[in-house]
Amino acid sequence: MAYKNFILVCGGTGCESSRSDEIYRNLIKEAEALGVKQDVQIVKTGCFGFCEKGPIVKVLPSESFYVEVKPEDAHEIIAEQVVKGREVKRLLYQKDKSAATAKLEDIEFYQKQFRIVLRNCGVINPESIDEYIARDGYKALEKALFEMTPEQIIAEIKASGLRGRGGAGFPTGIKWETARKAPGDVKYIVCNADEGDPGAYMDRSTIEGDPHSVLEAMIIAGVAVGANMGYIYIRAEYPLAIERLKIAIAQAKEYGLLGENILGSGFNFDVEIRLGAGAFVCGEETALLQSIEGKRGMPVPKPPFPAIKGLWGKPTVINNVETLANIPVILTKGAAWFASIGTEKSKGTKVFALTGKINNSGLIEVPMGTTLREIIFDIGGGIKGGKKFKGVQTGGPSGGIIVEKDLDTPISYESLTALGSMMGSGGMIVMDEDDCVVDVSKFYMAFCVDESCGKCAPCRIGTKQLYGLLDKISKGKGEEADLDKLEKIGKAMTKASLCMLGGSAANPTLSTLRHFRDEYLEHIRDRKCRAGKCKDLVVYEIDAAKCIGCGLCARRCPVPCITGEKKKPHVIDASKCIKCGECFAACKFGAVIKR
Amino acid sequence: MVAADIQFSDELQAYIEEWSRKEGGLVMMLHRIQHEFGYIPRAAAEKLSLISGIPLAKIYGVITFYHFFKTTMPGKHRIAVCMGTACYLKGGQDLLDETRSILSIGPDEVTDDGLFSVDEVRCLGCCGLAPVLMIGDEVFGKVTKDQLPEIIAKYRNK
Repeated sequence: MAYKNFILVCGGTGCESSRSDEIYRNLIKEAEALGVKQDVQIVKTGCFGFCEKGPIVKVLPSESFYVEVKPEDAHEIIAEQVVKGREVKRLLYQKDKSAATAKLEDIEFYQKQFRIVLRNCGVINPESIDEYIARDGYKALEKALFEMTPEQIIAEIKASGLRGRGGAGFPTGIKWETARKAPGDVKYIVCNADEGDPGAYMDRSTIEGDPHSVLEAMIIAGVAVGANMGYIYIRAEYPLAIERLKIAIAQAKEYGLLGENILGSGFNFDVEIRLGAGAFVCGEETALLQSIEGKRGMPVPKPPFPAIKGLWGKPTVINNVETLANIPVILTKGAAWFASIGTEKSKGTKVFALTGKINNSGLIEVPMGTTLREIIFDIGGGIKGGKKFKGVQTGGPSGGIIVEKDLDTPISYESLTALGSMMGSGGMIVMDEDDCVVDVSKFYMAFCVDESCGKCAPCRIGTKQLYGLLDKISKGKGEEADLDKLEKIGKAMTKASLCMLGGSAANPTLSTLRHFRDEYLEHIRDRKCRAGKCKDLVVYEIDAAKCIGCGLCARRCPVPCITGEKKKPHVIDASKCIKCGECFAACKFGAVIKR
Repeated sequence: MVAADIQFSDELQAYIEEWSRKEGGLVMMLHRIQHEFGYIPRAAAEKLSLISGIPLAKIYGVITFYHFFKTTMPGKHRIAVCMGTACYLKGGQDLLDETRSILSIGPDEVTDDGLFSVDEVRCLGCCGLAPVLMIGDEVFGKVTKDQLPEIIAKYRNK
C-alpha cells in the first residue's frame, strides 16, 4: 500500500508536554473520519530540536513544517493537506509575520546543523525497530560481528578520533582498548544516561528519538571489548526515555539482535536498565558504578580506572549516550569520513541544548569547529527581545561563562577549556543584560553544595564557603577581600578535590570573576546590582512624572506599601517593600523604576 | 508502624524477591517501593530489610543520599517546579516562591487537606518551554505567576 502523505508528529518530551500526543491521536481520528486513513501514515517521532516552536508537525512529501500546532488543528491538516493537497499556510513556520513561509532547509535554525547523533530524531518512529533498520540500523553491528575482528573495531574507533561526549573528552578507542587488554573473563559495558546538568537534555532526546542507536553501539562495544553484559544507567526523571528503551530492548531481543547467539554469531550480549535517583555526582564514572552496585553514589580515587577495575571489580567501559550514538555511523561510513568532520583534535559533531535568553531554544547538532557566534546568532536567532548579549555558559555547573569577545572561537575541547569553561555534556545557556553574574554563580554554587557527596573536604567545605561568600556579596554585605577569598578557595578546590564535581565546582565563580570583576565590585562598593536580580540591592521607586495614579500597582502590592490618591502620583514606602517586583511588572506606563 | 503492619502488593513482593537475588538491586527496589507508596515509609524500609537481608542502616544510607527518594508522604498532587538553569534564568525561583505562598507551605510540607506538596526539581529536560512546572505527570510550560492560581485550582477538584 502506498501512502500519499506522511505526517511526522514530534514525540519529544518538550512537545509531548504541549499535548503533541493529543495532536497525534486527533490526526488519526480525523484521517479515519474523513476516510483517508489509507492515504496517510501518521508517525510519532523523536525530537525535531526546534523546541521553541513546538509542538512540531511535518508533512511529507511536501516538506510542510508546521509549528506551534494545537490538537484542534488536526482537522484542518487532514482536511486540507491530505484530502485537498493544500498546505495549511497559517501553521507554517514564519521567521516574522512579514516573511514568506519557509521549508525546513530554509530555516536558519537548521542551516548550519549537521546531524550524526540526531540522524534519526524527528525522522523515524522510535518505537519501531523496522524503521531504524530501514535507515541502515544494525548494519554496523553486522559488520562488527562478521567482517571485523575486535582489534579492527577498536582501531577504527581510534582512527575516527571520537572522544567522550560526556564532558571530559577522553578518546573512546583508547578506553575500549584498555578494557579489552585488561585481564579478566567478565567485563561490562555501561551507558551513562544520567544527564544531571540542569539545563541540558541531549541524552534524553537522543534516547527518546533513537533508542536503538544506543543499544546497537553498546552491543558493538561488547564485541570489541569482550563483554557480554551492559547496563544503561538512566535518570528516573526520564519516564518517556525509559519506556522507549524498554520497547527497544524487547524488539532487539525479538529480532535476535540482543541476547544469546546474536544473529547466529555465537556472541551473547544482554542489556539491563538501572535507574538513577537524582544525584549529580553519579555523572562521575566511579560514583555511577557505585550506584549501579546499589550503594551511595560516592566517587572512589582513580587509578585504578574503571577500564581496568570497574563494576564489581571487573574491567568496565563507561560511555555517554551521545558518544555511543556516534559508533554505528563510524563503522558504516568509516573512520576517515568521521575524522574529516571537525577540528584537528576534536572530530565529528557535538549536540547542544541551546536555552536561556535566546530566540530559538532547542536541541542542535553542529560540526566541531563551529563558532559560538554562529550557534547563538545564526542558529539560535540571537537574543530574545533585542536585549544585549552578556555571556554563554557551557558545561553547566562545572563550566564557565564565555563572553562577547571570545564568541568567534571555533568550538573544540581544547578551545573551550582555554577560555576557562569546558565542553561539558552540551548545555549551552545564553544570558542577557538582565542576568546578574553574582546571582548566577550563587545559583550554580547552591547546586554544588546540594550535590557534593561530602566524601572529600575540599568539595564539601569549599562549596559551602564559596556559597556563603557569594550570598554575602549578593546581599550587599561583601568586602573587597572576599573576592580574593573566592579565588583562593576556588583554586584550592580545583586542585585538591577527589573528583571532577569538586574539581570544577568553582569554575562558574572563577570565570565570572575574571570577566565581570567590575560587577562584583559594584555589588560590594556601591551595593548595586545592575541587572536588578539581587533582590536585597534593588530599590523600587515611582517616577512621579510618569505615574497617572491608576492605582494598579497599589492593588497588586501584596504588602501593601504603595499609597496615593486616585489620579495622583503614588509612592512606595521603601522600608516596607519586600521587592517582589509586582508593581514593576504591573505598571503599563513605565512609571515604576528599578534601581 | 513496624514492618509487620505494612502490606506490599503481590507485584512489589515479587519484584523485591527477584531483585534481592541480583547484585546491587537496592536502588531499584527502593524505586519500586516509592512507586507504590509515593514515598518510602519507615515500615517499608524495615520490611525490605527483613526480606532482603540488607541492614536497615545501609538502606537508610542509600535513601538519604539520593534526592529522588522521599521519606515523608507527599501531597496527592505533587507540584514540581523546575529549577534547572534555563528555568531559573526565566523566573523559576519566583514561580517556586509564589506556588508555596499560594498554598502556604514550605519545603517537605503538605497542605492541610493533603492535596498538594511542592518540590523544586533539577531540570525536567524541556528547557525550550522554560519556566516549567509539573503537576503529577502534566507539564506546564512558559508559566507566568498569574497563571498559577488557575493551574492549582484545576487540581483542587480532581
